[in-house]
Amino acid sequence: MEFAELIKTPRVDGVVLRRPFLPTVEGTLCLTGHHLILSSRQDNTEELWLLHANIDAIEKRFVGSLGTIIVKCKDLRVIQLDIPGMEECLNIASSIEVLSTLDSVSLMYPLFYRPMFQVIEDGWKSFLPEDAFKDLESMTEEWRLSDVNKDYSVCSSYPPLVAVPKDVDDDTLRKAAAFRHGGRFPVLSYYHKKNGMVMMRSGQPLTGTNGRRCKEDEKLINATLRAGKRGYIIDTRTVSVAQQAKARGGGFESEANYPQWRRIHKAIERSSILQESLIKLVEACNDQSHSMDRWLSKLEASNWQTHVKEILTSACLAAQCIDREGASVLVHGTEGTDSTLQVTSLAQIILDPACRTIQGFQALVEREWLQAGHPFQQRCSQSAYSNSKPRCEAPVFLLFLDCVWQILRQFPCSFQFSQHFLVLLFEHTYASQFGTFMGNSASERSKLNLSQKTVSLWSWVNRPQEVERLSNPLYEANCLVIWPSVAPQSLLLWEGVFLRWKRSSRCLDEAYDEMVHIIQYNKELQNKVNNLRRQLAQLETEEAGEKED
Amino acid sequence: VLHLVTTVEQVRLLERFSNKSTSGTLHLTATHLIFVESNNAATTILHHHIASVEKLSLTTSGCPLVIQCRNFRVVHFVVQRERDCHDIYSSLLRLLRPVSYDELYAFSYNPKQNEQQREEGWQLIDLGAEFERMGVPCDRWQLTDVNRDYKICETYPRDLYVPITASKPIIVGSSKFRSKGRFPVLTYFYQEKKAAVCRCSQPLSGFSARCLEDESMLQAISKANHNSRFVYVMDTRPKLNAMANRAAGKGYENEDNYSNIRFQFVGIENIHVMRTSLQKLLEVVGSRFLSVNDYLLGLESCGWLRHVKAVVDAAIFLTKAVTVEGASVLVHCSDGWDRTAQVCSLGALLMDPYYRTIKGFMVLIEKDWISFGHKFADRCDQLDGDPKEVSPVFTQFLECVWQLTEQFPQAFEFSEWLLLQIHEHVHSCQYGNFLANNQRLREELQLGDRTHSLWAFLLREQQNYLNPAYCPTYADAHPVLEPSTLPCHFKFWRNMYHQFDRSMHPRQSVLKNVLTLKESNCQLEDTIKDLETVSTCIKSNQILFKHGISPPTPDPQASPRAQRILPTDTERTVEGSSGTERKESYSDLQETYGAKAEPAVVSLEFGVARMTC
Repeated sequence: MEFAELIKTPRVDGVVLRRPFLPTVEGTLCLTGHHLILSSRQDNTEELWLLHANIDAIEKRFVGSLGTIIVKCKDLRVIQLDIPGMEECLNIASSIEVLSTLDSVSLMYPLFYRPMFQVIEDGWKSFLPEDAFKDLESMTEEWRLSDVNKDYSVCSSYPPLVAVPKDVDDDTLRKAAAFRHGGRFPVLSYYHKKNGMVMMRSGQPLTGTNGRRCKEDEKLINATLRAGKRGYIIDTRTVSVAQQAKARGGGFESEANYPQWRRIHKAIERSSILQESLIKLVEACNDQSHSMDRWLSKLEASNWQTHVKEILTSACLAAQCIDREGASVLVHGTEGTDSTLQVTSLAQIILDPACRTIQGFQALVEREWLQAGHPFQQRCSQSAYSNSKPRCEAPVFLLFLDCVWQILRQFPCSFQFSQHFLVLLFEHTYASQFGTFMGNSASERSKLNLSQKTVSLWSWVNRPQEVERLSNPLYEANCLVIWPSVAPQSLLLWEGVFLRWKRSSRCLDEAYDEMVHIIQYNKELQNKVNNLRRQLAQLETEEAGEKED
Repeated sequence: VLHLVTTVEQVRLLERFSNKSTSGTLHLTATHLIFVESNNAATTILHHHIASVEKLSLTTSGCPLVIQCRNFRVVHFVVQRERDCHDIYSSLLRLLRPVSYDELYAFSYNPKQNEQQREEGWQLIDLGAEFERMGVPCDRWQLTDVNRDYKICETYPRDLYVPITASKPIIVGSSKFRSKGRFPVLTYFYQEKKAAVCRCSQPLSGFSARCLEDESMLQAISKANHNSRFVYVMDTRPKLNAMANRAAGKGYENEDNYSNIRFQFVGIENIHVMRTSLQKLLEVVGSRFLSVNDYLLGLESCGWLRHVKAVVDAAIFLTKAVTVEGASVLVHCSDGWDRTAQVCSLGALLMDPYYRTIKGFMVLIEKDWISFGHKFADRCDQLDGDPKEVSPVFTQFLECVWQLTEQFPQAFEFSEWLLLQIHEHVHSCQYGNFLANNQRLREELQLGDRTHSLWAFLLREQQNYLNPAYCPTYADAHPVLEPSTLPCHFKFWRNMYHQFDRSMHPRQSVLKNVLTLKESNCQLEDTIKDLETVSTCIKSNQILFKHGISPPTPDPQASPRAQRILPTDTERTVEGSSGTERKESYSDLQETYGAKAEPAVVSLEFGVARMTC
């Protein structure tokens, strides 16, 4: 299929673009295979370059022969295009509708995108499991890297290499995999250097209604316990949800078969509920009503902040078991690809200072989300405005980013990156020129050969100028565990995402720039003082020398 | 001098939102309650700050005593012996109820200052100069001496500004037609458009009464402004309340009787509604294990943010009328000392960048609140008075200002620490500024001779209250602030209502960090100058030396400015603020975080929900 067939009217003149808090622009609208472009053909005027993939929904309105298309984007922005001529408007609208909902992976923009920047380091090779394992090896010898999943046959959503206890052989892993949802047998997620405790993650055990057990699974997870020590299983579902899962062949670890483990249930909602929550939240944020009561009740009804609190609480619990109780932890929900990953990745943010650096956070996203098989393509194919019936869409990763932002707010000097990085990741999970978030698992990405055919987001991010833009000027390495407060009064609405297009951010941006300026100026002055001191010392020695002469 | 009233040992202080407690000794002095922990850390509470003391029923671990403070601190002690607890309780009840002003702390507070400094402190703010700054007196507005002896209105200041055309009989007549004699006077003059903001109390119009002098007074205000053919009359009350007042012979202006007015209700609720609303808010946020939904529903149902927004909305209306339409506005409520003060002062803050500086903000409070007779003594319960008169009207004003600072981070010279500190001392009765209900009473109490001024204290340590992002030139581009009134911009002011609940705050403070860096920048600049001087000196010495002359070598360390190079003290402690703590403090936090004797039970603290096993 050719894009040209889908574009009935590639060009319209005299189109007026209206965006919140920006001046209106009149210019020529062009449709290409992947972009909607508006150009005023004047220098210094900002043009619109919008990826079709970023368009979540459109609305058409007509007044006489003047048509208006309201474009609602996945990054939550809403823009308006006034198009003269009914036919042109209809053509543009239908083209956008088709182009923004193309299902075919082979037509996706990352496969066409050619970088305009020089790739210094190929992001596809920046975070290989082998390299991550080298770090682990330097700390402990109790783990090995297994290639039992090298052809993705044991678990389709796992990467080819996973870290497992040294004493457990691949055969045991295969049997344990058959006992776990989606073949997701327990694997290492995090090793806590301070006390050697570990966090593992998996899918739910397939106990079913008749309480099936699997010796190999028990052996596998028991192998992670020190002699005489107990571990914790954090089931991200409530007891009743976990009970209900039994009827569908799932379930949870019984006390009888896992006597060395203590099971704790948390209440992180399923993905369909999270999607509904996002839609309601965005609706509340876009409400133009000036009634305080209406705003607060809509915010409450969206339940978004409740989800944030629930996820953070679960992550704190996992981190606490590891760091405070000195126990190992296994985390799972149902599939082990959503709430499980929220918990394991946030626990690492809390526990591990390395995850709070720009590189370390990328590694975390790579390890705990991309390699761990979070189905990005399914979860992020629609955002909050889409009219089509949601299938598997859910803001699971966005909630994780929101939780990271909450911790960042509470520890503003402990992260090497600023919220810009989090916002950037949010944008790229929904629409991107990079291949990083394409596909649903390592296996899908490998089949599409993305590492050859697309550019990695990390290649872009890790260039010096981008690193600088994403850096937090207040950062000071902090090796401590950082415990966030999850009191409702401590949790804030993430304005940088949800109110981003609802207010002029100029005041806030300028204040931020001023802060950056103060910090940079301080560094300059410090350097200058040091240099002067050095020169002075030299002068004094010279002087002393001359006197001796 | 601290007069020790009683000392009780083995007292436990429970943390508010966790299960942690510390033990120590409780001392009661004539002015303070002091709890000293075993590591010598002390919690000090001024008696004036205590709003209520409650003795709960005896438990196995002792007798609980809950103290609620006006600065929103809540402390929960457990005293081992019931008798001791009763002792403290009854002593506190005695100490908490001063019946005369002389008993207030301001009269015994002695900050080791000489008399001259003290006097200078009271001269820092000059309202006459402030009106001059606005451009008053001028050809349309003049200073009147009708109230020189507080004869026309005893709750107004002596110096009042009125239209030149308002004769004495008009003033006297108008004042007789206004509640408590509070006739229309000038409070802010917008020079650019010669538009005036005036304030007064409600007219005694009842259902039909009218007063020609009052009508002339409004006419005079209208005539004093050539930009607009009418004057806005803003009744800040809800229409229903104003109508109800008519039955009591009060009410609002009838547009038929006053020529050239545009009458407008604004709908800010009264002091009783505000008191209840804040009480409800505090109940909501004070509950342990609060869920997000209960929190948000509680925020909604208590109405507090709705009320805050109503005040800001009113100030925006006032500002637009004055700055955009160039019209003069007369603001009133019932008595003209609560809602009127809020709206006039907040409006002025939006219109005039001067009030967004530290000094200007003090002037604003001095003018619209202190001098125009906001009843601080009654509203803040300084003496044992009528609980129905107590209301957080001034707190609400401070919160409105905070909401604006959040929207305009570069427009204000001060940070929220100034607001918190002012709030602290409005209730502390430590300084004379806010004592009593009006200027006449303050003069009778000779506060200027017998107490210290808060403004002097705040200005002396003003570097603590600076907003590092403040941009003085911001005002050139935005002389008038135009805040958004969308409800999502009004947020719960955690740093006020939870200012003592350490666990709820960010563990690191951006504000404090940047402020410290900014200070350090100034010192580094000085150091660079000094070092450069020294090095030029040495260089010229070397030249001199070559010629056989040897002057004394300057020692770089001897320069007093060069010695200040060490990084400034990062331990900024603003009393009563939530300013975050030392770096070690989050390791403290770990200690307290769920450490429990029994390893199998994990307890999560700091608002982290309990685990269900």
